[in-house]
Amino acid sequence: MSTPTIDDTATPHSAALDAAESGEVELITITLRIRRFNPEEHPDAVWVDYQLTVDPKERVLDAINRVKWEQDGTLTYRRSCAHGVCGSDAMRINGKNRLACKTLIKDVTALDKNGVAKPITIEAIKGMTVLKDLVVDMDPFFQAYRDVMPFLITTGNAPTRERIQSEEDVQRFEDTTKCILCAACTSSCPVFWNDGQYFGPAAIVNAHRFIFDSRDEGAEQRLEILNDREGVWRCRTTFNCTDACPRGIEVTKAIQEVKRALITRRY
Amino acid sequence: MATDSIGNVELTDSTPTDATAFLIEPPRKRTKTTSGRRSRTNFEMLAWLFMRLSGIVLVFLVLGHLIIQLVLDGGVSKISFAFVAGRWASPFWQAWDLLMLWLAMLHGANGMRTVINDYAERPGTRFWLKVLLVAATVFTVLLGTLVIFTFDPNIS
Ligand code: HEM
Ligand code: SF4
Ligand code: FES
Repeated sequence: MSTPTIDDTATPHSAALDAAESGEVELITITLRIRRFNPEEHPDAVWVDYQLTVDPKERVLDAINRVKWEQDGTLTYRRSCAHGVCGSDAMRINGKNRLACKTLIKDVTALDKNGVAKPITIEAIKGMTVLKDLVVDMDPFFQAYRDVMPFLITTGNAPTRERIQSEEDVQRFEDTTKCILCAACTSSCPVFWNDGQYFGPAAIVNAHRFIFDSRDEGAEQRLEILNDREGVWRCRTTFNCTDACPRGIEVTKAIQEVKRALITRRY
Repeated sequence: MATDSIGNVELTDSTPTDATAFLIEPPRKRTKTTSGRRSRTNFEMLAWLFMRLSGIVLVFLVLGHLIIQLVLDGGVSKISFAFVAGRWASPFWQAWDLLMLWLAMLHGANGMRTVINDYAERPGTRFWLKVLLVAATVFTVLLGTLVIFTFDPNIS
């Protein structure tokens, strides 16, 4: 899994950042520049700056929590597990989709030429209806997920014991089982930004998880669904999804495998 | 919306019930019916395959065309009516140009269709841009084909 880090050669290091890397605690002052949207007051979103002193080894979610608890209780966002499991806190941090709870402050803090930390920008994921601040309407996202039938489809009687599968057969789809439905991939896709009718990478990843499962018998149905006008053929292999996935899933590869399966099953 | 004992708001339904609330909506959002009007054809797959296959052939056709027209034998300065007439006297170059015309036009038109699908938001805009695209493509392909087959080197 690729955790984004500051490029040592491009960014001047401060004592605080060095300390953060060596494990000592040294606090730094950062600015969170959050794109706020209040649906009850104004039709447009505005950027609001919050300054706070933090340990750079903490996570962006810790900083956002502190803003909510200490500075402005109206700040609205989703988070639950705080450990990269539930997938509820995907957001655009410094223009890249990330889970706030898996992103260390030191990894998104760059210093300007005066040695002052540049603001960390935080906004809602793109391509979805913004309801308030960082909260977006996930219904269309889950609709696309439901549309690919993300459940085991079999015929005949269920076996009395578990459905046996070889290690090799597991490896065929193991990568796509790791998805936590955070929507970081789908909301990083430029095709989806402009045309949200596209199924999007997350739905395809979750279709892939069953299409290539040797125990499943619904592959043909799911392939037909993704053969749709808004299906896999809309993918333009920009790899934004693969870069965005906090689980390190090879999303673009999964989409290409579905395309290949669609072509080879007939020819 | 429900509120738990420590004051956290739990979103039970993500659609706001307050009709006066503002929203920031994306263009062309997916709806429950989006997948309902499913196309039962392989058109998108064939279009995708065509882009790649025609691309491979176009590499040779277009590069060859450019080298012959622009580089060899003194470059553009040699191009004249007589030069074109001389090449089209051979069925080989007629076939080359005909294939290049059809592949490049269909490839380019399908590429533009992709661009329209990506950028045009309103259904009306999408429709009329595609009408314009098809009209321009049909016109160019038919006119080009007509010229290749009816070219008269002795025209006065
Ligand atoms: C010379 C060899 C060529 C190759 C190998 C090639 C290959 C491709 C491929 C593979 C795509 C699909 C990209 C995708 O789906 O993401 C594409 C798109 C496109 N091609 Fe070509 N092509 C060639 C020549 C041409 C020519 C001569 C034209 C113009 C007549 C053209 C116009 C387009 C357009 C407008 C698109 C859509 C752009 C987009 O998807 O953003 N191509 N090309
Ligand atoms: S594939 Fe990765 S980025 Fe996409 S929804 Fe699943 S976990 Fe999130
Ligand atoms: S809060 Fe659960 S994934 Fe970040």
